[in-house]
Amino acid sequence: MARKDLLDIAALDREEIDLLLDQSIPFKELFTRSVKKVPALKGKSVLMLFYEASTRTHSSFEVAAKRLSADVTNFDVAHSSITKGESVRETVETLQAMRTDYIIVRHGRSGLPGMIAKQTKASVINAGDGAHAHPTQALLDAFTIKEKFPDPTGRKVLIIGDILHSRVARSTSTILKKLGVDVAYLGPGSLVPRTGPENIRRFTDYKEAMVWQPDIVYLLRVQMERQDVQFFPSLREYHRLYGISDARLEEIRKRGLYLMHPGPVNRGVELCDAVMDYERSLINDQVENGIAVRMAVLYWLKPGSTQE
Amino acid sequence: MENLLTAEDIAAGVDRLALAITEKNRGQPIALVGIRSRGDEVAERVLTLLSAEDHWELSFGVLDISLYRDDFEHLHENPLLQESDITFPVEGAHIILVDDVLFTGRTIRAALDALSDYGRPAKVELAVLIDRGHREMPIQPDYVGIVLDTRRLDHVLVSLEGTDGKDQVKIVAKPSP
Repeated sequence: MARKDLLDIAALDREEIDLLLDQSIPFKELFTRSVKKVPALKGKSVLMLFYEASTRTHSSFEVAAKRLSADVTNFDVAHSSITKGESVRETVETLQAMRTDYIIVRHGRSGLPGMIAKQTKASVINAGDGAHAHPTQALLDAFTIKEKFPDPTGRKVLIIGDILHSRVARSTSTILKKLGVDVAYLGPGSLVPRTGPENIRRFTDYKEAMVWQPDIVYLLRVQMERQDVQFFPSLREYHRLYGISDARLEEIRKRGLYLMHPGPVNRGVELCDAVMDYERSLINDQVENGIAVRMAVLYWLKPGSTQE
Repeated sequence: MENLLTAEDIAAGVDRLALAITEKNRGQPIALVGIRSRGDEVAERVLTLLSAEDHWELSFGVLDISLYRDDFEHLHENPLLQESDITFPVEGAHIILVDDVLFTGRTIRAALDALSDYGRPAKVELAVLIDRGHREMPIQPDYVGIVLDTRRLDHVLVSLEGTDGKDQVKIVAKPSP
């Protein structure tokens, strides 16, 4: 059964997740052809509604939609009447009148894409809302992990960083738990919430976390812009405690661990320059896979269906 | 429902395809491209027969045409995708598209579009195990295994060993309105 919207990974059952991950494979295969575009969404319109700055996610969705032959319009929030006080509701009514088929939303407020989804017949895809969810990031992370571990059950992923403010941590650990992956968090006590998903180990010490023997180290971006209060003393201090330094990279290389990061990276904070050349870094795979996964999502959703 | 064609009939159809393709192209490099699903299995069987010939450069590929269909608007759910697998250079190749049943011709239209996104073949021909008529597009086969006389609303159900567990063809007739 196809859905109208993709708002949250938690809402998807295992079967739907497996379907989306499997369907991403033939889309990725298209990238090796001389023509990377297919006509599946010819004549359909995709509207990008980004209330928060984003280069990577925005362009990834745009490339995905264009490779499906959809027409993409950027609703330029910064220059629109939103800055003149138009409410989100009024904006959505305007978009509804434009008869767009898909709306891709990023907003600083949790739950806003869901609100928009209720008001429109268009398929709404959540491209990140506050600290709530980022479902396509979760799918691309799971896809990237499955490329290395076709059966990820029992594999161990250590997520390092600002768990508290991170929708990536939330969505990605949700999907990984659904796939039977063992997840642990590592970060400053102030940034690793005590509440939240069960069965997730919590570390504050890097060495202790390595004793846990992860297969993959997943670095979160330190989001300077999302923190109202200081949660750790300084960036240098963060790098010293949790960053991947040259010495730590050497250990990671010896153990043969894979490294992931949702981008964009803060060099010298989450990781040192040498990580970019690490042979088991999956950061570029994540970028490429993001397009394939988003194509699979666009292809799977059915706009205008009656289902909520 | 009648069991229209047996495994022997199907084998004879595949033989006819292989023979016709051999007579016309013996020694010339060709590439068989089977259309998923079941066209790939027909193509494999033809390839096996052609491989008995010496000194014949044969390539093989599989094409999924789901993303090139023209009926998305009418579907409740989009069809499940499978991987295409075309590793030989399409540019300049002599390609024979292979499918199990030729009906409206829309699948072949989609396959031609899909193929052209891999490159520009020198020549494309069409081989079908069964031609059941009722074309809706100006598309005709170059090689035919079996010609079936059907009514427009009949369903022709092809089962093949590798895909469905056994070789048979059934026709399910729609009651006339």
